[in-house]
This record gives sequence, structure tokens and C-alpha cells, in this order.
Amino acid sequence: MSDLGSGTIYTETVIYSAPEAYVNDVPYQLAIIELATGRRVTARIDGERAHIGDQVRFAEFRNSVPFFRKQS
Amino acid sequence: MRPVAVAGIGKTAFGAFPDRDLRSLAVEAGQKALENGHASTSQLEAFYLGNFAGPSFTGQNHLAPYVASAMGITGVPATRFEAACASSGSAFFHAVSAVAAGLYDIVLVVGVEKMTSQPTPKVTEILAGAGDGCGEVRAGATFPALFAMIARRHMYQYGTTREQLAAVAVKNHQNGAKNPLAHMRKVITMEQALAGKPIAEPLTVYDCSLISDGAAAVLIMPLERAAEFTDKPVRVLGIAQTSDNVALDEKDDITTFRAVKTSAEKAYKMAGVQAADIQFAEVHDCFTIAEIIAIEDLGFVPKGQGGPYSLAGGTCLHGERPVNASGGLKSKGHPVGATGTGQICDVVEQIRGQAGERQVKRNSLGLAQNLGGSGATSVITILGAA
Repeated sequence: MSDLGSGTIYTETVIYSAPEAYVNDVPYQLAIIELATGRRVTARIDGERAHIGDQVRFAEFRNSVPFFRKQS
Repeated sequence: MRPVAVAGIGKTAFGAFPDRDLRSLAVEAGQKALENGHASTSQLEAFYLGNFAGPSFTGQNHLAPYVASAMGITGVPATRFEAACASSGSAFFHAVSAVAAGLYDIVLVVGVEKMTSQPTPKVTEILAGAGDGCGEVRAGATFPALFAMIARRHMYQYGTTREQLAAVAVKNHQNGAKNPLAHMRKVITMEQALAGKPIAEPLTVYDCSLISDGAAAVLIMPLERAAEFTDKPVRVLGIAQTSDNVALDEKDDITTFRAVKTSAEKAYKMAGVQAADIQFAEVHDCFTIAEIIAIEDLGFVPKGQGGPYSLAGGTCLHGERPVNASGGLKSKGHPVGATGTGQICDVVEQIRGQAGERQVKRNSLGLAQNLGGSGATSVITILGAA
């Protein structure tokens, strides 16, 4: 799978009540990210909390799920 | 197309009922609707069942004949409709369409869900099945998370506040406390609502509807035959179902539900009314933000004004336009497959003047808005005195 590049947070949430598969991950941040191409992708945010309008950079896929990190 | 009327309604209590199974709830609601409409099972020409996830929650499939036969209904089409939380709204839409087209006369629609037999993480996972399994759900989205992201964006674009969201919960609990069949008959304060346990920021437990068991049923027929069955027929003036993308990240603007707007336009047109004519409504407040967006998308208030209007009391029981006088999904409960027919029952009760302490003053034209998923299905029904 390819590098998704960088993008901007369109919206986000921090989840405290998870489905069975992710109960050990809480709390975790989920966001819809608008990529440079204009396409939006739903992804997890690793590390520092990101807010609407923040720039984020693709980090890696884990089990096919894209993870992004806030750009400093 | 023939005019269609509701001749009978029946609801179980909504709540957590460890000793009740899906079928017994559905049968109870169905029998109550038949009694209410003075009809017998032998008169039914078709049976429509709305149910979202019976097979996942209970292990039972082939649910429509399973429920119908337990009521003594055989030898007619018995079919289950699944459209996430709009399952029974969709079943009702298709049943009304068939009666209007002249395919059948006397038809029973039952909505049911049995949810509380599973632990919350499992329920959360089953409900997430109404989202996009290859994208948002695999990434860890829950339904509260999807609506939390909608709320965040609505707050960002329109300045909607936590207090405005909480006002929806406070109002719906006030109404639900007056509803003998509601799941959580408890008044809550603004302070409690704001200090609730976080579920998915910015939503707390008080922004989320309840995990409930329950069923609700509606008996319909051509208006011309309704007088044989009831002296209180309620006419289906307009009804429409439309669809949209399932995945939230495929929608241009997540602060509005395009399917709600398109289905409302069609239903208003069919009924020959405008948004301003609607006197009261039951809307799909699966989360507080969903009620705020609903009153905007239905055209009750301008875009972005749903929050301030709710905080100012415009939607209260004795406000300008009462919304969710039943207590809504928030307080009444949200057995997802029963919610659409439940809303129809609540609007019919209001039009008949039988809503007791919850009765709205102006009650001749009401609307029910039933939403599936994060907006991929919408069913709008406009009902009026016959």
C-alpha cells in the first residue's frame, strides 16, 4: 500500500467506548483527513492530539488501517 | 395512487427486558395494533417486518415469517426490511406504497429489535455494521464516533455549542418522563448533561440514545376502507424514502444529511405542504446533534440555527414547534428496528389527541423522520387527520 502523503483534519473525535476489536486501544483519536488530492480518508491519529485544520502526515498502515501524525 | 390511512397502532414498552425475546415483543406490538384497529389476522393481506440486526443480536434469521406465524398469520407475503436504524420506516414506506398502488388492502407493519442480550462492546460492533466496513469501521469508528465527528464539524462551521447539544437531551428527557412506555423516564439537568461520561468527544453518554428492546406496529389500509375499522383514521399525506453514500468520508458536507433533504422535499410535495406548515415532529435523535441537524434539514430553521433554536426552547413540548414530544430516541429508547414504526405510532397518538401529558396543542399535521446509519437512508412520513 502506498504513502498517503499529507493532509488536513476535516473533523475528528476521541473514542472512549470502543467496539469489541478495539477495547484495548481506548482512548484513541479518529479523524477524517482531506488529502492533497481532495480525497477524504478516515484514519487514526497517532501521538499528539490533532484538531480541525491541523496538518497531518501519513505514518503507516497497521492491519490496513492508515495512521497519521500531526505535523509540527 | 389511492390515499392510505393508519387504522391501528401498537407499542410495547421500550427498555431492557431480559425475560423477553424478539418474537414475543414483535407479537405483542402486532396484536395491539390489530386490536387497536379492530382487525383480525385473517383479514391481513401482507406482513412487513422492520428489523436491523436480529440475526446478529439473536442468531435467528428468516424473521418475518417467524414473527408472522407466531401471530397466526400465514399464506401471505411476510418480508423483512433492513435499512439500519430506518428499517421499520422503510418497511412502512414499502407497505404504504403497495397499498397505495392497490396491491393489498389490509397490511400490518411491525418493527422490532432485541438488543440488550449482548454486552455493550458487542452491541457497538453490531451497530457499526451499518457503517462502511472497509473504511471507517475498520479504522475503529463506532456510531457515536461518526456522529461525534459530525458534531465537531457542525460546531466548527456554525458555532454550535455543547450547551445547545445538551439542551436537546434535557428537553427529550423532560418529555420522556411523561411517557409511560419510555425506557428512561428520568428528568436530567443541564449540569448533568454537560458532565456526562465521554463516549466520543464531544459527545457524552447524555448525547447518545439508549440501547433498548422493543417493538411497535402499524395497521394500514386504503382510506376508503378505514371507517369499517376505526373512527379515528389518520391519513398518510406524504411519504418518501431516499438514499445516500454510506461512508461519512464520501459526503461533501457532513453537517447536513442529503437524503433527509431529498426525502423531505418529496414528502412535502406529495402532501402539498411546506416545512412551515408542519406543527410537530418526531425526529431521529440517535444523538443530540442528529436532532439539531434534522430540524435544519427539514427546513424548520435555517441552516446552522438548529442549536440556538433548541437552546431557546423552540422545540419544547409547548414551544413554537414541538419536536420529540415522546421523549425521542434519547429518552424513549432506540430499539433500532422498532424506531421508525414507533415514531409513526407517536405521531398518530398526537393527531388522535391521545398523547396524555405529552399532548401537543396544534396536532393536525405531524411529521416523522427516520434516519438509517449516518444518513444513507432517510424516510419521511407526513400524517394528518383524515
